[in-house]
Amino acid sequence: MDILPILSTLRLHKVTSLLLILEIALTCAIVCNAMFLIGQQLRHMNLPSGIAEHELVQIQLGYIGNTPDAKAQTQSDVAALQQIPGVKQVGLDRYLPFSLDGSSNTGIKLDPQQHQNTLDAGQYLGQNLLPTLGVRLVAGRNFEPGEYVDFDTAVAALNGGDMKGLPQVMIITRAIAERLWPGQQALGKTLYTDSGIPFRVIGVIAVLARQNNLQQGAQYSTYWPIRMTSADGASYFIRCAPQDREPVLKAAVAKLKQLNPNRVVLKARTYDQARRAYFANDRAMAGILAGVIAALLVVTALGIAGLASFWVGQRRRTIGVRRALGATRRNILHYFQTENFLLATIGIALGMVLAYGINLLLMLHYELPRLPAMYFPVGAIALWLVGQLAVLGPALRAAAVPPVVATRSV
Amino acid sequence: MLGYYFDLALRSLRRNKVLTALMVLAIALGIGASMTTLTVLHVLSGDPLPGRSSTLYYAQIDPRDMSGYLPGKSQPMHQMSWIDGMNLLRAKRAGRQALMTGGLVAVQPHNTMLDPFYEAARYTTADFFTMLGVPFEYGHAWNTSDDEAHARVAVISTALNDKLFGGTDSTGQTLRLSGAAFRIVGVLGNWHPNPHFYDLNRKSYGENEGVYVPLSSSQDVGMHHDGSVTCWGKGGTGINPDHASRCAWLQFWVQLDTPAEAAAYKTFLIHYSEQQKVLGRFQRPPNVQLRDVMQWLDYNQVVPDDVRLQTWLAFGFLLVCLVNTVGLMLAKFMRRAGELGVRRALGASKRSLFAQLLVESGVVGLTGGVGGLLLALLGLWLVRQQPAEYAPLAHLDPAMLLATFLLALGASLLAGLLPAWRACQIAPALQLKMV
Repeated sequence: MDILPILSTLRLHKVTSLLLILEIALTCAIVCNAMFLIGQQLRHMNLPSGIAEHELVQIQLGYIGNTPDAKAQTQSDVAALQQIPGVKQVGLDRYLPFSLDGSSNTGIKLDPQQHQNTLDAGQYLGQNLLPTLGVRLVAGRNFEPGEYVDFDTAVAALNGGDMKGLPQVMIITRAIAERLWPGQQALGKTLYTDSGIPFRVIGVIAVLARQNNLQQGAQYSTYWPIRMTSADGASYFIRCAPQDREPVLKAAVAKLKQLNPNRVVLKARTYDQARRAYFANDRAMAGILAGVIAALLVVTALGIAGLASFWVGQRRRTIGVRRALGATRRNILHYFQTENFLLATIGIALGMVLAYGINLLLMLHYELPRLPAMYFPVGAIALWLVGQLAVLGPALRAAAVPPVVATRSV
Repeated sequence: MLGYYFDLALRSLRRNKVLTALMVLAIALGIGASMTTLTVLHVLSGDPLPGRSSTLYYAQIDPRDMSGYLPGKSQPMHQMSWIDGMNLLRAKRAGRQALMTGGLVAVQPHNTMLDPFYEAARYTTADFFTMLGVPFEYGHAWNTSDDEAHARVAVISTALNDKLFGGTDSTGQTLRLSGAAFRIVGVLGNWHPNPHFYDLNRKSYGENEGVYVPLSSSQDVGMHHDGSVTCWGKGGTGINPDHASRCAWLQFWVQLDTPAEAAAYKTFLIHYSEQQKVLGRFQRPPNVQLRDVMQWLDYNQVVPDDVRLQTWLAFGFLLVCLVNTVGLMLAKFMRRAGELGVRRALGASKRSLFAQLLVESGVVGLTGGVGGLLLALLGLWLVRQQPAEYAPLAHLDPAMLLATFLLALGASLLAGLLPAWRACQIAPALQLKMV
């Protein structure tokens, strides 16, 4: 196909062609960045939690007035929950990974004299957590009963400066172990909290995401041997088979109400519901971005089709003359398709530069990595396809122009 | 003349129905999307307390030890510890001042048809109501002597009053909160400050609390704290932070009517920090901040990043739609070169031709604008269905309605300008020859 005649024709429609190129470039740039943002949201939404997500339910209770018997109450609650058919494990904790309710975090240091923390990690407290959450230990062991300290005792010891009342051991994730002691065995080593309290590492878990503050290291989590009661704000977490979750939840709530009616059920839900709620905004944003991409491509397609129809109408006589001089229908069809391909290619090339610029701008204002190269060809193919689809109708109409048109005036 | 141009425009537009619809749709979509996101941005970055926000200040000091301190870079703590909050409150250096924090209380209704439930609460000193200009439907706020007497009094929101007392005047009634009896002294009027500026720890947008009780009484009863707690050094906490602990969990707001008062208060905060350092409680050099409401919201970046990004995206979309419309309009005008040539030859000036074409693009733009407004209403409805906490606030106000029309008119004239100008440049003789 000869490109030169097409270019010289386009020179006659300079402004219109430029506008079309500009539209394609803008669309290409925005589509590339929007696709990239969707990719980022999806990656965020698919972060692994490390826990048996589909086998967990949560019940949080609120007490009315004082709760002097919280420890005994919690023990009898746990014993009763374990009796419910289908219940495999019962544990206590305040928050789980990806929590909208709040989080508990701690600074970690290698040396108590260190001025800045080495890292900031999420903090998990509570009893029987590993079997309940289904978290896998890759080295070391779980806590022994004698290593646990009651929550109120630990808080009092901390405020009173009494180190003996505090737990001495800790379980950390592999991500922390590799950050603190790269290439070394973490078991038996000592780390310090930001206030300089020493802990000996006795276990390493494969994966456990923190509750929030994910940008500070999504896999930096610590587990402390601190015994909670439901009056400390901890929830009961129950592990059961996925299909048992609804009946177990119902039975557990009824049981807890029966054991002590003087409390309010604040939360009764599956972990899946909690995780969905945490990522609801990301899902909505991904949907909006997808909608914008679709709308942009449709508007651009309609613009291309509209302009192409105009050009076909304008050039009816020229087309007739070409047909009369021996051009086949296929030649005419190809002419318009090539013209569109040329315009789209120039637009896409410009769009790539623009996409890169927009990405740099976004990186200044948001925590975003650089636009990976793979999004460029995807954006290019999308716009080439849209262009060819949009021009097909007008081009077919052009190809259908009979040679006899050449002999008519107007 | 304008009427005639209008008639011509309609005729011309009717000749090419699909194309006209396409141009109108493109403008409508672009304007609909931009106005939706712009309205959300406008609502979210609004002033929660117009007229008062510039005299309300949030005080921040830094009681932490030296660990992690970067001179000149470390911001003071977001909240106050109990000891510092009480010290500043007792110093009474501001005209009005309120020490407060958020909480959750168990409400036990008289009406046995209702189960006990938890309600968001604010534990505060009395000036909260006068300082923030809170309206009352029934009764009144408590006063400073109630704070000092640890009085068991409560103020409740309209929503809670409707739920518990069917909207009747409930002042004087007793309400059991977290196991203790409180006397209702006031019911709030219609008051929904957004963003929820006075405590951004729970959430930045949404309904305000249902229950308000004196800070002193809330601590006597052991009502649960709800919000963020930051401890430093060897400080730790359960649900309710210990008053002596090294934990910050309270907010301290002051009203300072002139810049001079604000400057004096800031000096006072620095003196206080120095004095505490001498006493050995503080270790860092004085590190204080005094921000008014809008500065405080700005510092906390309450407007979600997603909303800003959506606004940029929508304007990018509008730009594409505009370029699209310019292209189509240009093609349409150029195609009528013959007709325009005849009009020129018959004596029409370039100016009148230009005016005629601008009227045509203006018609397209205004129709698109009306369509855009409808789409923006639809878009805002869609935003309200979203899970975000700010979603219920997305409504069009008169200012944004006006902005929509201006945007539509401006956009369409802009889109019509270039095509109209280009079309006027044609030489009549050349066109007539071709006809």
